Amino acid sequence: MARVGMIFCWAMLTLVLIFLFAPIVIVVAVSFSPSTIFSFPPDGFSWRWYSAILSNEPLLTSVWLSAQVAFLATCASLTLGTLCAIAVVRGLVPAGKAIATFMASPLMLPGLVLGIAFLQAARGAGLRDAYTTLLIAHVVITMPFVMRTVLASLAHFDFAMVDAARTLGYSYPRALWKVLVPNILPGFVSGALFAFIASFDNYPVSIFLVDVRTKTLPIQLLNQLEMSPDPTVAAASALLILGTVVALIICDRLVGLRRMASI
Amino acid sequence: MTTIATKSMATHAKERRTRFDSKALLALPGLLFMTVAFAVPVILLIIESFAGPQGPTLDGYRKVLADNYYVGIIWNSIKLALITTIATLLIGYPAAFALARARGVLQVVLFALIFLPLTVSIIVKTFGISIMMGRGGIINWLLINLGFIERPMRLVFTEFNLYFGMINVFLPFMILPLYSSMRMLDTRLADAAASLGAGPLYAFTRVTLPLTMPGVIAGVSLVFSITVASYVTPSLLIGDRFMTMSQVMAKAYLNIRDFQLGASMAVVMLVIASIIVVAASYLARAPKEGR
Repeated sequence: MARVGMIFCWAMLTLVLIFLFAPIVIVVAVSFSPSTIFSFPPDGFSWRWYSAILSNEPLLTSVWLSAQVAFLATCASLTLGTLCAIAVVRGLVPAGKAIATFMASPLMLPGLVLGIAFLQAARGAGLRDAYTTLLIAHVVITMPFVMRTVLASLAHFDFAMVDAARTLGYSYPRALWKVLVPNILPGFVSGALFAFIASFDNYPVSIFLVDVRTKTLPIQLLNQLEMSPDPTVAAASALLILGTVVALIICDRLVGLRRMASI
Repeated sequence: MTTIATKSMATHAKERRTRFDSKALLALPGLLFMTVAFAVPVILLIIESFAGPQGPTLDGYRKVLADNYYVGIIWNSIKLALITTIATLLIGYPAAFALARARGVLQVVLFALIFLPLTVSIIVKTFGISIMMGRGGIINWLLINLGFIERPMRLVFTEFNLYFGMINVFLPFMILPLYSSMRMLDTRLADAAASLGAGPLYAFTRVTLPLTMPGVIAGVSLVFSITVASYVTPSLLIGDRFMTMSQVMAKAYLNIRDFQLGASMAVVMLVIASIIVVAASYLARAPKEGR
């Protein structure tokens, strides 16, 4: 009887994997279709939608914008978050646990609520530049990912090594950079990767902050889907999936997927 | 990991409280930034929901909580979240169980396969689902070839489409917490129950299920609190035919410019999501105190 139960569980797991991958596989399949209509089963093979990306100016602009925002926001939250995490782990500040929770809390709020809050605050502050507003908002979005991973890595780091480096003549910032950073690099990498993906993929916050000339990739993809749904979107999506898989493999080599997921 | 961090935090705090260390200033830039860029806007949003032309008012809440139209929308969101949560739990539980029983390389591969869809953009997945649901899509193709229908039927922008997509997008969020509670499970306990004469159903409800309850509570609260606030998936898969709280909020800010309505709805949504999270953390703690 227990055997029957286990067979049922394995069958469910197989079905779940097919179910989860179906939309992803379909998008990749459609990106190679030779015609403009999405059909199943596909009726041929072509690269034309991939070359169409290269001549799609708005799409390329939005990729560049998203990459910039995600990169700058990740760098900013890594710097601010790590410094804060050091103070919290070393017990330098009162109510360290509360501070850590506060810094990680944007993840608990619905994205849309955050987006509306940013929009209203930016209007109130007279901040009209979409790029700046997006960047500030994305630092907030990426902060929780950095805080969680860096706090977890710092918990295993022996701060006596920093003190040792200082007795040997390094200044405090230099000791942090030369001793602490290399030691918690895996935590940095996985935190940064998650932060980058969270920013690059973000829709519910960005939708309130973009303007006609400043559109991030998810917003541009969605606009294009609504305006002219041709397989160019599928080709762009397929490239996105490829990018994510490559990033995950690199991360797995550096830290291990399981450790990354349990942050 | 967190317990170690907390412990070292506590001991360090005790040592250092006596004198001020200038290194405490390290926390300042991040803290200051998050206060200005995150805490202040959220507090302003909550204040906005009470703001009227002549001082504080509850008009926004009166509108959202007394008007049948908006109450219906709140109920829509809760219904969507409930059905998605229950469905992902029923599908995810056995799948997570098999995942936790897998060994070696197989487990690593299976885990990566469950994890990968989480990192794929929701827009990409939702796009894939709408292709699947098209007249020439795989779902219609399957239904015809299995003999359920004769001609392709309209599936896009239906509730079937909505629930299919919601379950697809949010299933990994249920499986991962379930998996981490099941990984700790000692399989010999169920065997012991069986050798003592318990039937498989009895062994499951009395041994396996209670031991994996923390994972169930974590998964349910996570999926419910995300889905009750979800915006991209429902608006892409069904649009205005099925209004949710998030769609009202987006419309209030982007189209009709009724900020008080949007802000009040946002606060209602925050309250619902927090009730679930707080209730879950209470439930997760309760059995331990009894021991």
